[in-house]
Amino acid sequence: MIIGLGHYLGVAAILFTLGIFGIFLNRRNVIVILMSIELLLLAVNINLVAFSSFNGDLAGQAFAMFILTVAAAEAAIGLAVLVVYFRNRGSIAVEDVSMMKG
Amino acid sequence: MTVAALCFYLFATVAVVAGAMVVTARNPVHAVLFLILAFFNAAGLFVLLGAEFLAMALVVVYVGAVAVLFLFVVMMLDVNFQELRAGAARYLVVGGLVGAALLAELFVVVGGMTLGEGAVIGGALPTPPHEVVENTRALGQIMYTNYFILFQIAGLVLLVAMIGAIVLTLRSRPGVRKQKIADQLARTPESAVEVVKVPLGGGAQ
Repeated sequence: MIIGLGHYLGVAAILFTLGIFGIFLNRRNVIVILMSIELLLLAVNINLVAFSSFNGDLAGQAFAMFILTVAAAEAAIGLAVLVVYFRNRGSIAVEDVSMMKG
Repeated sequence: MTVAALCFYLFATVAVVAGAMVVTARNPVHAVLFLILAFFNAAGLFVLLGAEFLAMALVVVYVGAVAVLFLFVVMMLDVNFQELRAGAARYLVVGGLVGAALLAELFVVVGGMTLGEGAVIGGALPTPPHEVVENTRALGQIMYTNYFILFQIAGLVLLVAMIGAIVLTLRSRPGVRKQKIADQLARTPESAVEVVKVPLGGGAQ
């Protein structure tokens, strides 16, 4: 049984779908939405590393590392925004964010 | 079935199940813990793919930093999570439909994907043989040469994120007594010390 490129792409596809599904399922809970975004980025990273490994091209791993950087920065900023929002509103329900409209 | 295939199926199954638990867990603390599990198993998949450095970076960055950040925020905010899940059943159907459509499309595209006959192995930055140059060294050799500008920009992104997070969450509360270092350093002997003549038997006033 040889594990090929398709197997890894399949796992990444399932994880990506789970991330999208999580965004739909937890539309009111920003924390879980942020976690779903982390899952999406993880799926993309698995794709990049799988292609990099099977193609023998190291560029994919370099880009996976940059995605890792951006994902960490995004999580930090997102959670900081969340803390400020909770401090102002006492809730993290996403629907209330529309009050920021002018 | 070889050990590698067995490991792949183990890591893949646990990662997918943990990912499913992340989005369906009722308790957000459990969701964060399942996220850690999913990332651990993704790191295992990376090791199987020969990307050891990225696997370790994934464990350090996600388990060491991001997961702790999530746990900290989940535990610090006093949120009623049951209330937030109230409308979840409404979104279950449309979310499931969109997810199923997306999954079917992705599998149609990538399911049977293999490298074609004419695929160029090695491409722009060929991976050196593993026995000669290990993964970490090979990655460093292209990271500090070919992608040096991107590497610097990634550092800049992290710096901006750090400053942004601090600026966003920093608040100055009134009525809090704080140490004012500038005031302390500005004190001189003239303003702080007074020399008085004490009369004999009288004591200082």
